[in-house]
Amino acid sequence: MSIRLEMRKMTKQYGDFLANEDISFTLNAGEVHAIVGENGAGKTTLMRMLYGMEPPTSGQIYLDGEPVSFDGPNDAISHGIGMVHQHFMLFSDFTAAENVVIGHEPKKAGFFRRKDAIDTVNKLAGQYQIQVRPNVKVADASVGEQQRIEILKVLYQGANIIILDEPTAVLTPIEVKGLLKNIKNLAEQGKSVILITHKLREVMEVADRVTVLRNGKVTGSVNKEETTADELAKLMVGRELQTISDRIQLNGNSLLEVNELTIKEKQEKPLLDRISLSVRRGEIVGIAGVSGNGQSELLQAISGLRKVNGGKVLIDGKDVTNQSVADIRLAGLSHIPEDRYLWGAAKQATVEETGLMGYQNKPDYNNKSILLKKQFRSLLSSWIKKFEIKTTSINEQAGNLSGGNLQKLIVSRELGQETPLLLAAEPTRGVDIGAMEYIHEALLQKRNNGDGILLISSELTEILTLSDRILVIYEGKIVGELTREEATEEKISILMAGGSKQ
Amino acid sequence: MEWFDAALLSSTIRMVAPILLAALGGAICARVGIFNVGLEGLILIGAFSAIVGNYFTGSVFLAVCFAAGVSMIFSLLFGYLSIHLQANAIVVGLGINFLALGLTTFGLRAIFDVKGAFYDKDMTGLPKIDIPLVKDIPFLGEVLSGHSALVYLSFILAILLFFFLYRTVMGFRVLAVGMNKVAANSIGLKTNSLQYLAVLMCGILCGMAGAQLSLGQVTMFTEGMTAGRGFIALVATMLGQSHPIGIIGSSFLFGLMDALSVRLQGFSMPTQFTAMLPYVITIIAMFFLKDRGAASQMSEQQSSR
Repeated sequence: MSIRLEMRKMTKQYGDFLANEDISFTLNAGEVHAIVGENGAGKTTLMRMLYGMEPPTSGQIYLDGEPVSFDGPNDAISHGIGMVHQHFMLFSDFTAAENVVIGHEPKKAGFFRRKDAIDTVNKLAGQYQIQVRPNVKVADASVGEQQRIEILKVLYQGANIIILDEPTAVLTPIEVKGLLKNIKNLAEQGKSVILITHKLREVMEVADRVTVLRNGKVTGSVNKEETTADELAKLMVGRELQTISDRIQLNGNSLLEVNELTIKEKQEKPLLDRISLSVRRGEIVGIAGVSGNGQSELLQAISGLRKVNGGKVLIDGKDVTNQSVADIRLAGLSHIPEDRYLWGAAKQATVEETGLMGYQNKPDYNNKSILLKKQFRSLLSSWIKKFEIKTTSINEQAGNLSGGNLQKLIVSRELGQETPLLLAAEPTRGVDIGAMEYIHEALLQKRNNGDGILLISSELTEILTLSDRILVIYEGKIVGELTREEATEEKISILMAGGSKQ
Repeated sequence: MEWFDAALLSSTIRMVAPILLAALGGAICARVGIFNVGLEGLILIGAFSAIVGNYFTGSVFLAVCFAAGVSMIFSLLFGYLSIHLQANAIVVGLGINFLALGLTTFGLRAIFDVKGAFYDKDMTGLPKIDIPLVKDIPFLGEVLSGHSALVYLSFILAILLFFFLYRTVMGFRVLAVGMNKVAANSIGLKTNSLQYLAVLMCGILCGMAGAQLSLGQVTMFTEGMTAGRGFIALVATMLGQSHPIGIIGSSFLFGLMDALSVRLQGFSMPTQFTAMLPYVITIIAMFFLKDRGAASQMSEQQSSR
C-alpha cells in the first residue's frame, strides 16, 4: 500500500499555547485512519492545517511524496482533500443534486443543466453505494441523508482523501450503521478516510489504524488489530477510567407527575399523545427513542417552553401546567436543554453571563436589583475547576467555547440550582469521555442525594448506564416501560422502531 | 365618472413600473442576504439624475442611462459600507435615504437655482410607445398600449430576473450566497463579489425606477417626490417573497392602490384620505407577513448553530 499523505512534525502555536506539537501522521491509499482524542486535544487544529484553513507554525505536509502547502480550503480541495464538517455546509432550500454540484455546476452557455446534475449524482451514488434522493430538498432530508449528500459533494469535487469530523455525533444508531458501511465501501474503492471521533466503538469497527492525541501530542499510533477500546480510552484520557458509583436504593415519593399530556397542532397527528409518566425522588427515569418522536415537545411542555392542549404536569404535587418557565423553575425544576445553542446559552454572552442565567434573582447574588458579581464569580470558578471547563477567561464569549466545554458549563449551572427535579436532555451530546464521566457521575450523585431526574437521550448506552426505569417513546406515545434489570439494548431498539415488547 | 374603467388599469400599469423596478432590486439584494432599505434614496437619486441628464443632454435615452449610472454609484457606496466594511445594512440604507434627500434638494438649488421643484417646458419626457395591433383592440389596447419604454422594460426585466435566478449558474450561486453564506464560502464561491453584483444591479434598477417617476409620469422633479415608494417597493419585495413573478403580483396590488387613490379624488373624497390607501394596504400586508417572518427567524437560529 502506498503512502498517500504524510504530515511531518506539525506544530501550531497560538501565543504561548501549543495546540499541536510535533505531530506526525501518515495515511495510506484505501485506508481508514481514525484520530481520537478528547475535546481540545488538537484534532481540529491538525485538520484545519491539513485543510488549508490555518498555516502551520512549523512542519510539512507531503501528498504522494511531494511537499505541498495549502492556501485556503479551495487549494486543499483542488489537491483532492475533502472535508465533511461536523456542522453541515448545505443549502437547505436546494435539492440534494444542487448541493452536490454547487461550485462546479454542469452548464451550457451559462445555463445550469440541472438534469446533468441529477444524472451525475445518481451515478456517483451508485458507484459508492451511498443512498441519496437527488431531488429531495435538503430541508426535508434526514440528518443521515444530509450527511450522505455532504459525502457525495466531497466525492464530486474529486477528493481522494476524505476527512470526516465527528460524523456520528448527530446520527441515530441505525444511521450510524449505514455510515460505517459507507466508510468501508469508500476505502475498498481506494479512497482514504480520516475519521475524527471520540467514539471508540465505531473506531474499533471501521478503522485500520488509530492515532490518539492528548494535549496536542500524539500519545499512540496503533493498528486496530493490536489494540482494544480500553487501551485507547486510557491513551486518550491519560488515566484509568473510573467505575461509576454505586446506586443506593431509594424509594422516594413521587416528584414529577405527568398525566395524559397532549400537544396537537391543528388537524395534524398529535405530537404528544396522552403521555403519562412519573419520576420519584431518588430515581432516574430514562426516555429512549429515535429523535423526533416527541422528546423535544415533552421537554418543552414540562419546562413551560410550550403550551399544552391537554393533560397535567405536577411537580411536587403542585400543578404547573402551562405556567411560565420562571414559575416552573421556582416550583423545583432545573433543565439541561437538548440544544445548547438554541435553549442553553446565548452565543454572544460571556462565560460569566451564561453561568449567571437563572441566578440573577437569587438573594445570594442580587441585592435590590444590583448583581453581586463577586459572590457569583467564586461559584463560577468552582464550577470551572470541578468540571475542568477550558476557557481563556470568564469574559470569553460562550460561542467561542468548544461544544463540550459549553455543555459542561450548562450542566454545572443547572446542577448548581440544586432543585429536586432535573430534566436532562442529551446531557453528554458532543462531550468527550472524560467530561462524560464527570457528568454521569454528577447525575448519579444527584440521584443518590434523593433528587429525581428525567433523562432524555438518543444514546442508548447512556440510558442503560444511568436509568432506574426506561420508557420508550414512539410517535408521541409511550410504547413501553422496562425496569433496569430487564432492559437490554435489543429490547429497547425494537420498541424504538415501533415494534412490540415481545 | 365611473370608478373603474380602462383608464384606471392603464394608470395602474404606469404606477406599477417604478415600484416593480425597485422591488426587483430589493429582491436581488434580499437573495444575497442583504436587506436594502436604501431603495427609497436610490430611486430619488435616480429621479433627480434623470432630470439633470435630460436637461443637459437633451436626450431621453442618455438621461435614463445617467440616472442608472448615478444610482449605481450610490449603491456601490451602500455595498462598500455593508459588504466590505460589514456595517449594519439597515443603518447604511437609512443613511443613503437621508443622503439622497439632502443631496437632491441641494442639487436643485446648486444646479437649477430653484426651490421645491424643477420644471422646464422644453424638456421632453419618455416617449409613449404604441404597440401595433394591440392598440386597436378595444379596452385591452387602451390598457396595454401607450406606455413608456421603461414600463415595458420593467416587466421584461422581471421575467429576465426569473430566468437569471432559476436557470443560470450565476443566479444559482446568487441564491446560494443568501441562503447560507458560510457554506457558500466553504465551497469557494466568491461571495463578496456576488453580493456586490446584486447591489449594483439593484442600483441600476432603482435608477430606472427613478427615471420613470420623473420622466415617465410628469417630466419634473420635486423634493422627496418618491413619497415612500421605495418602502412600498420593499414591502412588495417581501410580499412577493423575493420571487420575480410574485413581485409582479404584489407590485400590481400597490400600483392599483396608487391609481385608485388618484381616481377616488374625483369622487370628492378628501385627498389626504385617498393618499393613505397604498400605505394602509402596506400595513395590512405586514399582518400577512408576520407569521412567515417569525418562522424563518426561528429556522435561522437553528441553522446557524
